[in-house]
Amino acid sequence: MRLSLFYQKAIVHLLALLPALWLFWQGWLLYDYQDHALTANPIQYINQYTGDWAIRLILLGLALTPLRQVFGWNRLIQFRRMIGLYAFFYVMLHLVNFMVLDHFFDWATIIKDVIKRPAITFGMIAATLLIPLAVTSTKGWVRRLGKKWIKLHQLIYVIGALAVVHNIMMVKADLREPLIHLGILIILLGYRLARRAGFTYSMT
Amino acid sequence: MLFKFLKASDVKSSEITPERLYHGRRDFMADAARIGAGVAATAAVGIAVPKAAAQSAALQGVRKISAYDTDERPTPFKAVTTYNNFYEFGTGKDDPAKNAHTLITDPWSVKVDGHVDKPGTYSLDDLISPHTMEERLYRMRCVEAWSMVIPWVGVPLKDIITRLGPTSKAKYIRFETLEDHKQMPGQRRRVINWPYVEGLRLDEAMHPLTLMAVGLYGQSLPNQNGAPLRLVVPWKYGFKGIKSIVRISFTDRMPRNSWNELAPNEYGFYANVNPEIDHPRWSQANERRIGEFRRRKTLMFNGYGEEVAHLYAGMNLKKFY
Repeated sequence: MRLSLFYQKAIVHLLALLPALWLFWQGWLLYDYQDHALTANPIQYINQYTGDWAIRLILLGLALTPLRQVFGWNRLIQFRRMIGLYAFFYVMLHLVNFMVLDHFFDWATIIKDVIKRPAITFGMIAATLLIPLAVTSTKGWVRRLGKKWIKLHQLIYVIGALAVVHNIMMVKADLREPLIHLGILIILLGYRLARRAGFTYSMT
Repeated sequence: MLFKFLKASDVKSSEITPERLYHGRRDFMADAARIGAGVAATAAVGIAVPKAAAQSAALQGVRKISAYDTDERPTPFKAVTTYNNFYEFGTGKDDPAKNAHTLITDPWSVKVDGHVDKPGTYSLDDLISPHTMEERLYRMRCVEAWSMVIPWVGVPLKDIITRLGPTSKAKYIRFETLEDHKQMPGQRRRVINWPYVEGLRLDEAMHPLTLMAVGLYGQSLPNQNGAPLRLVVPWKYGFKGIKSIVRISFTDRMPRNSWNELAPNEYGFYANVNPEIDHPRWSQANERRIGEFRRRKTLMFNGYGEEVAHLYAGMNLKKFY
């Protein structure tokens, strides 16, 4: 028996929301003077946590097409917009945490950071580029833009690369996780290059 | 004999004084000082060395007001002991508190070598107990732009150095952390070239602010904070405060220090807190005091400029960061 698309989507929604729900719950515990998992420096913790989930969802979004083509899971396309928008959601949480909680609207410092520090420059460009993609994710925009829509949304390759570079540059010494992200990114983009060069592979 | 052994049934000072009252103790001490004309300032100092269970002992009666105390509010004990870097136990901020229980701090010995009159291997007791223990409430600024206020207990490093007798060749002092992959599981990965190494110029080490800490918040150092012996140099970034020291060497050359070796453009040898010199990836102009929401301005030399600025007179602090 196969679940209807409605339930499948509900499950994906729930899974994508879980990290955020966990974060808000831990934030509530902190607010309520209870033991929480956000460490003694919650703002720093939230920065890292939302950034990690943003990257995971961007990579997941990039993985859908290869998975579909290699394994013939054609229904995956139905979740692509959702995954993309959830990636955007975590990027926005990350950005709001950085600008509001971390720097409390200290625009002078924020702008200086963006200009002066390549790691932050890359992160900020990635986040900014994601905005037009989120805005044009509706059916109406897909129709209106036609072929240009695909061109525009290929920006996600650039965004993914910028996000992973940002991730690597922000880590002090323990590069395990950012390098895993880099490895996945290389596979996913490499797959597309290989396909463009004429290689195809399918399990079905 | 300044060390005294406590039975497990003895009450710990941390149990006697609730943290909230502890925060207010400076008011109490001010009153006491007025009444007792300095009695409080010369109160006897004693330390308990853990015999069996490292965590069970407590430092007792360390209630001397130090001339170097800040009057800022101490960071809660729980934050101090659950949020820090000690890569020997993992790279997450909460890893040290989770994993440091494998460290065996008793018995503990420290090797002293190099250009020094009295080299040798000293037990912790031999090294510390000839000196007067003090409590010092210091600001602590991490290079990652967060900060704490911590009531350390320890002896001035100057006293230990003077007794060991560095020769005229000794210009620097070099410290080494324990390397033992069984006790320190984080060392199974070479995040840093183990063992962790730090160093000071001899005059920095001899500065009265420099403390060899054996405790905090009136009890022995928890493992995660560098038990049983760690360095505290309050005008420098926290990574200079090397933990779980097993070797002290007097050298004629500037020792390498671990973070400088790993990323020389990010971490210098001096590592003086300096709001004007950015870390390449973030500004050092401000910091978040743990427990506070808004960032605060970082002070030159972490606010200890009056005491230490002369050590760096004529030096280009942009070059010697």
